[in-house]
Amino acid sequence: MTTALTLPARRTAPGVFVALALTLAVGWLVVTIDGGQLFSQPTTVSLLHVAAGLGLVAVGQTVVIIGGSLDLSVAYVVSLSTLVAAEAMQGRNGALVPGIGLALVVSAAIGLLNGLLVTKARINAFIATVGVGLLLKGYLDNGYDGPAGRTAPALVQGLGYQRVGPVPVSFLLLLAVAAAAWLLLTRTRFGHHLLAVGGDPQVARLSGVRNDRVLVTAHVLCSLCAGLAGVYLASRLGSGAPRVGTEGLYDLESIAAVVLGGTALAGGLGGVAGTVGGVLLLASIDAILNQLEVDAFVKQVIRGVIIIAAVAGYARRALRKAAS
Amino acid sequence: MRIAERRRLPVRPPRVRPGGLVPILVILAVLLVLLTIRQPDFLSPPSLMSFLGRSAPIILLAAGQYFVIVAGEFDLSVGSLVTAQVVVAARLIDSEPSRTWPVILLLLAFGAAVGLVNGLVTTRLRVSSFITTLGMYLILVGAVYLWSDGAPKGGLSEEFRRFGRRAFEDVFLVGRVPYALLVLLAVAGLAVLLTRSDFGRTLVAVGGNPRTAELSGVRVHYAKTMAFVLSGLAAAVAAILIGGYSGISFQAGAGLEFGAITAVVLGGVALGGGRGSVVGAMLGALTLETLFTLMNFYGVSGALRSTVQGAIILLAVAVSALRSVPGKGIQ
Repeated sequence: MTTALTLPARRTAPGVFVALALTLAVGWLVVTIDGGQLFSQPTTVSLLHVAAGLGLVAVGQTVVIIGGSLDLSVAYVVSLSTLVAAEAMQGRNGALVPGIGLALVVSAAIGLLNGLLVTKARINAFIATVGVGLLLKGYLDNGYDGPAGRTAPALVQGLGYQRVGPVPVSFLLLLAVAAAAWLLLTRTRFGHHLLAVGGDPQVARLSGVRNDRVLVTAHVLCSLCAGLAGVYLASRLGSGAPRVGTEGLYDLESIAAVVLGGTALAGGLGGVAGTVGGVLLLASIDAILNQLEVDAFVKQVIRGVIIIAAVAGYARRALRKAAS
Repeated sequence: MRIAERRRLPVRPPRVRPGGLVPILVILAVLLVLLTIRQPDFLSPPSLMSFLGRSAPIILLAAGQYFVIVAGEFDLSVGSLVTAQVVVAARLIDSEPSRTWPVILLLLAFGAAVGLVNGLVTTRLRVSSFITTLGMYLILVGAVYLWSDGAPKGGLSEEFRRFGRRAFEDVFLVGRVPYALLVLLAVAGLAVLLTRSDFGRTLVAVGGNPRTAELSGVRVHYAKTMAFVLSGLAAAVAAILIGGYSGISFQAGAGLEFGAITAVVLGGVALGGGRGSVVGAMLGALTLETLFTLMNFYGVSGALRSTVQGAIILLAVAVSALRSVPGKGIQ
């Protein structure tokens, strides 16, 4: 389980892991004093499930953010992907692979659209992906009132609920995707080009990088990851859910996880390992507050404070480094 | 016949400098023409006045957002701030008319304080404003639900609500002038004065290139923090109008932050800062609101509103982005 986590990252990835360890230690202490159990099997399993869904989206988000872009349409892509997968499967195991395939193809197409809007039409990524998100929102609101379709039972039993010890298969999927993304970013030409484009597009272009192609690819990868998260959620829920992405705040939470993981929002700096740490941190906080039976609204306040504090911590450290 | 009229519409606007007002004026004009074709008496004074009154809150928010965006930052917290303000106002006033004015002052102070915190965290702690205001959004939403135990309490006094829904009747020529419109005009006037002042120019310089601005002796942190305070104040005024117009609800401000940002960008203000005018931002908001009205008249299903909105935004921004390429070296 820890193999992907210990992989070296680009910058200050360990920071988020220190925070994660501290959070877990303090959380464990508080929960134990409170008379609960943080590391019981059910808590750990649900923590890892939360991390798997958010993590898949966040890994994709890391790729676009490193490229200096941003994707705010992921929440809708997640919802759409659950629907496409579940409706294509209609509860038949035979349609499992085509269903997943279709969901991923649709997601990739949305990523392509995002990428083309950002590069060819030169629309600011924030606006472009919010715009595409609105397009999808209209489609979802207009066509669906509630759950639709039925996920293949084999997928539900497999990806949805199968575990290896306390580790759900879906979390292993996240680790595999994260490892693949890590290899892609650190060991391939595409990865180096992406960092260059995110760091300084002008310099990258003058050095012969085809910026547009790199960014479009990054957007396609990001949407693919969101689509995969959708397939996973469809396997958990047993059907397609038109609001699951927005209700889970996958757009904003994934960006928060990426930033917690030490990736610079401006691009050109960061890595996937940190993002996985950021996701685990958010999921752990969630689990601890759940164990303490903290009111859902207080939870949201605490989460907001923690995100700001963590990022402020990063900024301070970067400042001190720059000064020394 | 309608087809023939429509065909004449896509007039290619003359080439203008990026960030100019011509594109947004053309879009607004086209939408207004489409609207009058469908609803000939839309431009008659009474319906136009009430339309402008209804649009006042989003225009105010766009003006507030303009200051933040032109300084190179974002404010994602305004929507939740509006919700928080409305809920707080209802609970504090509790249908007691005598509390109206103190509460209004309190709301303005609250808005300014939220803006101040956003600004200080962004500038002093160097957290990207995207994250700061996102965190503020989570905090405000959570706090408001927590404070009201999940259901809004209290009530707004008639005194409070009149700003959002009453009007001066029988005014010469135009008939009915909503209070909201007067509030809007006053704030818009202030906003324009502010952008013409030293502070306004400084803000644009800060957004264009913070380093250069700092080296020229500008207090960058101060300017940016003030921009956030202005956005918070605008949200407070918008909340007073929204609370008056549509009453208490947890959905009062939902989605307004993206609406305001969209409006600002539609109005030719560059995300990332340094370019654009507050008038453009406010016209952008008016255009967005016109678009929604148009869709209502054409019977577009409410659910499809967002799709059409998304398409128009992409189109408008793409057109202005493609047109502005040659001038990219201006800043």
